[in-house]
Amino acid sequence: MPSPPQPLPEPAAAAAPAQNSAIWQRGETGWLLQLAGDWQHGQPAAMPPPPAELGRGPVVIEAKNLAGWDARFAAALWQLLSSLRAAGVQVDLNSLPAGLQQILSLSLPAAGDNAVPAPRAERPNWVAQLGTGAQDWWRDARITLTFVGEVLIAVGRLLRGKGKMRGADLAFQIDQTGPRSVPIVALVTAMVGLILTYMGGAQLADFGAKSYIADLMTVSVVREIAALLTGIILSGRVGAAFAAQLGSMRANDELDALRTLGIDPIAHLVLPRILALMLVSPLLTAFGALVGLAVGWIAAGVIYGVASVDYLTRSMQALGGEHLAVGLIKGSVYGMLVALAGCRQGLYSGRSAQAVGEAVTQSVVKSIVWIVCAASILTVIFQRLGI
Amino acid sequence: MNLLRSDLAAPPQRGNTSSPAQPVTRRSIDGSTAAPVEQPPPDVADAPLLRCEDVSLGFPDKAVLHGLTFDVKRGEVFVILGGSGGGKSTLLRCLIGLHEPTAGRVLYGDRDLYQSDEAQVASLRREFGVMFQAGALWSSMTVGENVMLPLQLVSNAVGSAMSDAEREQEARFKLALVGLGDAFDAEPSSLSGGMRKRAAIARAMVLNPPLLFLDEPSAGLDPLTSARLDELILHLCNDLGTTVVMVSHDLHSIFSVADRVLFLDAQTQTVAAIGPPLELRANGPDVARDFLNRGEDPSQQAPQR
Repeated sequence: MPSPPQPLPEPAAAAAPAQNSAIWQRGETGWLLQLAGDWQHGQPAAMPPPPAELGRGPVVIEAKNLAGWDARFAAALWQLLSSLRAAGVQVDLNSLPAGLQQILSLSLPAAGDNAVPAPRAERPNWVAQLGTGAQDWWRDARITLTFVGEVLIAVGRLLRGKGKMRGADLAFQIDQTGPRSVPIVALVTAMVGLILTYMGGAQLADFGAKSYIADLMTVSVVREIAALLTGIILSGRVGAAFAAQLGSMRANDELDALRTLGIDPIAHLVLPRILALMLVSPLLTAFGALVGLAVGWIAAGVIYGVASVDYLTRSMQALGGEHLAVGLIKGSVYGMLVALAGCRQGLYSGRSAQAVGEAVTQSVVKSIVWIVCAASILTVIFQRLGI
Repeated sequence: MNLLRSDLAAPPQRGNTSSPAQPVTRRSIDGSTAAPVEQPPPDVADAPLLRCEDVSLGFPDKAVLHGLTFDVKRGEVFVILGGSGGGKSTLLRCLIGLHEPTAGRVLYGDRDLYQSDEAQVASLRREFGVMFQAGALWSSMTVGENVMLPLQLVSNAVGSAMSDAEREQEARFKLALVGLGDAFDAEPSSLSGGMRKRAAIARAMVLNPPLLFLDEPSAGLDPLTSARLDELILHLCNDLGTTVVMVSHDLHSIFSVADRVLFLDAQTQTVAAIGPPLELRANGPDVARDFLNRGEDPSQQAPQR
């Protein structure tokens, strides 16, 4: 709507009171905003912008002919008036209906209060976003490093015999994490073992080297795959549960209640969980490897007709102690990473229900990323060591 | 410990707190015949139990409060008051060792809570109990186990032999004191909000600490339950000689239990006033006066109809 002073065409306001109108007009002392007609029934209400030459001059709202108003009208008027107030314009509201006056006086900044409303935050440009992203990442990484440091200190205390971890807590966590994970580890390693035998066998059959399936399966499952699958299963089944347990304790101030009694949550809550997973994870890895090999043995016999004795002999030859050791070490490391990620996210989660949910998601993401990174690093290390 | 279950069930005999003209008579529950359990020697009694010296509080990105200097005297009910978001809870967290001040000292007697070594802090912690806002009962334990855990920890730390039966008896007694005698084996999740708070008070006072911190004990409770909590607080003070520091919004309960009020002003981010609530309401600075007058007579505050 064009703003410049309107020469006031027809006296529409007086003529048809049902037709609503809002018109700026120059008065004797300043400007008048003449409101007239019935503004109810939810028509989109819009106020004409103030004339450009208004300056700081006083404004009188004239509402003699205002027949009706509703919340939308009040909102439109409020928007106009708050911009006038911000510009330091004196506005006389006395002619408005009493209810509308009260609503406006509640919502408008107090007269003389020149506090300009904070400008709406602009979307930062990509450089700024990059910077904030890096800052957030660094803050997160520092929390993680601090946490890992605290855990190491607690482990040191435990090794020096000064630890306060209770054996019962460790036993409880082992029970919670170990036996209950057996069925799903068995299922997943069996399925992956089957896939691996099938795909590997198909390739090897082209060279007439079907009996090498045993070597392929044994080395890959024992050395890499069982540990990796166990780690990923634990991150979803156990790490997420850790994050949820500790996160809800934090949201409910339970961790603070422990601290005021001098109980260190790291020693009493985190350490049993980490140690439990470091013990349970290699066992689950060994079990998963056994299941994977068994499935490979059956599948090789059924699908490719590899003789059982042949498969078992080759498998035993291929299964060196070093493969077993590498697999179990990896299993333990992955278990530790899963527990660290879960406890890290839970212990430092926000204090709301939503934050606990985010902590759980983050714990799964973190542990999988950490597992994959650790897998690469360990592979390089073991390769260099010639194991 | 002359406190019996029937004392708590007795109807309140306090002065009428809703009449501004009549001064509130605190400490009148059992005819003020009950002497404090221990009468410390006069010089100790005069020394403040807790002292804040020029404490500033803040987060990395924002300062919350500065220049806080005050004493909490032995045996008083000290209320921290102020508008929402004014830093009351942060101050309370600072007093219990969970939020290190950016400047200043928090002294228990002559021991600085944030500068002492681990053993000293551990012994300091035994001198206060804390009730958190939502109770913060450990959800993996029953209510009874919650109350017994501090006893267990302390008897482990001190090496004093307290049998399981003694611990259980102590915990049951404290639960009965807050009116939860039959909740010993309940799970915290099965309790109502008010019961959780009372169980948390039982846990906070199970070691008989000389000082209790309560974070909004009456928030979200119905008027009757909250009146019962007020009575409990008075009993603790009068009969057990406990000092109580609490954060509260409930003006009714402040006038009936508080000896002194610390009023935090969110605008200036520091102490606006400190003193007995009636005195602050009469002669305090405007912010405190407005706040304290607000609750007295609701009929005057309602918008005109």
